[in-house]
Amino acid sequence: MKKSFMQFVMGTAILGLAMTASAAGISSNVVKIGVLTDMSGVYSAIGGKGSVTAAKMAIDDFGGKVLGKPIQLISADHQNKADIASTKAREWADTEHVDMITGLLNSGCALAVQKIGTEKKMISMATGAGSTTLTNEHCSPYGIHYVYDTYALPKVAGSAIVDTGGKTWYFLTADYAFGHSLEKNTKAFVKAHGGKTLGQVRHPLATADFSSYLLQAQASGAKVIGLANAGGDFINAVKQAREFGIVQGGQTIAGMLVFLSDVKSLGLDVAQGMNFATSFYWDRDAASREWSKRYFAKTNAMPTMDQAGVYSAVTTYLKAIKKAGTDDPDTVMKTMRGMKINDFFSINGYLRADGSMVHDMFLVEVKKPSESKSPWDLLKVIKQVPGNEAFMPLSEGSCALVK
Amino acid sequence: MNRKLWTALFLLGMVAPFLLYPVFVMQLLCFALFACAFNLLLGYAGLLSFGHAAFFGGAAYITGYLVKNTGLTPELGVLVGTLAAGMMGYLFGLLTIRRQGIYFAMITLALAQVVFFIALKSPFTGGEDGLQDIPRGMFLGLINLGHTYHIAGKPLELNLYYFVFAIFCLGFWIIHRAIHSPFGQVLKAIRENEPRAISLGYKVERVKLLAFVLSASLTGTAGATKSLVFQLASLTDSSWHASGEVILMTLLGGLGTVLGPVVGAFTVITLQSELSGLGSWVMVIIGATFVVCVLAFRRGFVGEVLEKIRIRAIKHNK
Repeated sequence: MKKSFMQFVMGTAILGLAMTASAAGISSNVVKIGVLTDMSGVYSAIGGKGSVTAAKMAIDDFGGKVLGKPIQLISADHQNKADIASTKAREWADTEHVDMITGLLNSGCALAVQKIGTEKKMISMATGAGSTTLTNEHCSPYGIHYVYDTYALPKVAGSAIVDTGGKTWYFLTADYAFGHSLEKNTKAFVKAHGGKTLGQVRHPLATADFSSYLLQAQASGAKVIGLANAGGDFINAVKQAREFGIVQGGQTIAGMLVFLSDVKSLGLDVAQGMNFATSFYWDRDAASREWSKRYFAKTNAMPTMDQAGVYSAVTTYLKAIKKAGTDDPDTVMKTMRGMKINDFFSINGYLRADGSMVHDMFLVEVKKPSESKSPWDLLKVIKQVPGNEAFMPLSEGSCALVK
Repeated sequence: MNRKLWTALFLLGMVAPFLLYPVFVMQLLCFALFACAFNLLLGYAGLLSFGHAAFFGGAAYITGYLVKNTGLTPELGVLVGTLAAGMMGYLFGLLTIRRQGIYFAMITLALAQVVFFIALKSPFTGGEDGLQDIPRGMFLGLINLGHTYHIAGKPLELNLYYFVFAIFCLGFWIIHRAIHSPFGQVLKAIRENEPRAISLGYKVERVKLLAFVLSASLTGTAGATKSLVFQLASLTDSSWHASGEVILMTLLGGLGTVLGPVVGAFTVITLQSELSGLGSWVMVIIGATFVVCVLAFRRGFVGEVLEKIRIRAIKHNK
């Protein structure tokens, strides 16, 4: 009797130890990933439901479990409003015990979530936001900027366009922080490569009529009209530029932030010949084709760089948990910083101390209708730019975490 | 009867953070105060302002900026935000108070759009990124409002909650007092028949202006408090959508009733939060709710209940 009692006590103790050990591995016995994206607004084609599908694919491909614990996915619409993103992220951290948030299609939302992440020790991996402030003055030990930023895009596209003869520029800029930052950075690269900016005009966000801006750009006589805007504004500007015969008149249009979905909705007829920078194109190599075709089967659209980025971010995060043996945010961040990130999305990728995920970028050109063989055969890759050349060097940055 | 109701509601407010997610309750309280302040103007003075977001968002920016950059304590921050909104209300009021009906609504909307534009363009507001990372600070320099208690594994920001709850109670009390004072009676008289109020010798414009300033100030209090709760002041708060939303809250809950705006604010915010997974359908559902409300019970939730009670009392007396 006494012996069996001792056995019982010992057994319980061992069981208890085993349980605490597993608790140190995965907090709350589940890894929860939140996709916070734009489900209904201007950026919903860039991220939206496609991003949720991509995250789901990443979890399924990982086997649905990490370190023997289930992986859960939740998603919500941030409506491109920083306060909604902040409320949701706080709620997810407090009541849902979310471990990592990805998506985040605009800079205001990404900044807000990154702040919450810093406070609550929750990792954020922004795939859709552009602002370089995420990895500079507002950088966070738990914040990762995964896909692109407003430094890398103009560096790749702007420099290449100047080098191929586009020496004089005129900017059409969306009148808010993102547009300003894109314009400022592009101007700097144009200047550094011996080009010249002749002027710029600012238009409000979500403009329907670009005629007066386009006429000013046309009158400037600049070789290149740089569009420092995104989404619907970009599409409207390009369509109307065609109506004014700007391209036929010998001027080139350069989009500073173009997603595959933008090209698709413009059509090759309108967009042909345009150069821009991107982190990802589905028809880039065998690996990207293979994944994108699987994605296409689920969503009936080829992935944008944001959607592919979400898959890659989730996979990288799960790999890091597996490698670290825990989902403790500090350890996982440390592990991710030590990892090489190579997959169908990211080439030669690595995570820097300031939170930038540095990887190779691509200069692409929109195909002519005659070159395109299938509905999604839209771009050709002209140049692969190594990450270290594309992204802002740490020495130029202002992140307090970089010593 | 009334006293019992107030006590019950107060106790409910005291235990709410243990029952619901505290940040959500704080959001409810901020919007409830906003709607109550708005109701003071629309429900009691009969003035439909379409520009209250300017006070709500403006105060949020001012408080946020001062608390973040000058190390102002939160209670002073809220006070300064309130006063600033009051000043803005005074300026708006001077320009608009002589107009009535649609003209009043349009001028307030125009002025609010000016404020929105300033918020969008000024460097200190952070443009469309908003003013982020506002510290919650130390109340009176003693109590850390950012402190999170962990009770039964749940994170509870109790210090901040009771701070917000106290502000709400104070604001609500001021509105309640104003409505039941002689000033409130004059307001109602003006709403019912302005020429008669003038002929009785009341300086109608002064009374209206005072109501406008009071409403703007308390709206500012709500906005300033919200900026501390979410540590964020953004364009959403000063856009015309916010002005529209508060009208919706007031009408749904019951125009010209003391508790109506609170009920309306709770309904709208809860709907928005619970339905957020449905994306753009939220607007459709809230719109439909509004249509049903206007068609079926025009006095709003609380208004209808009060009407039922009144009719029963009349029948009873017979």
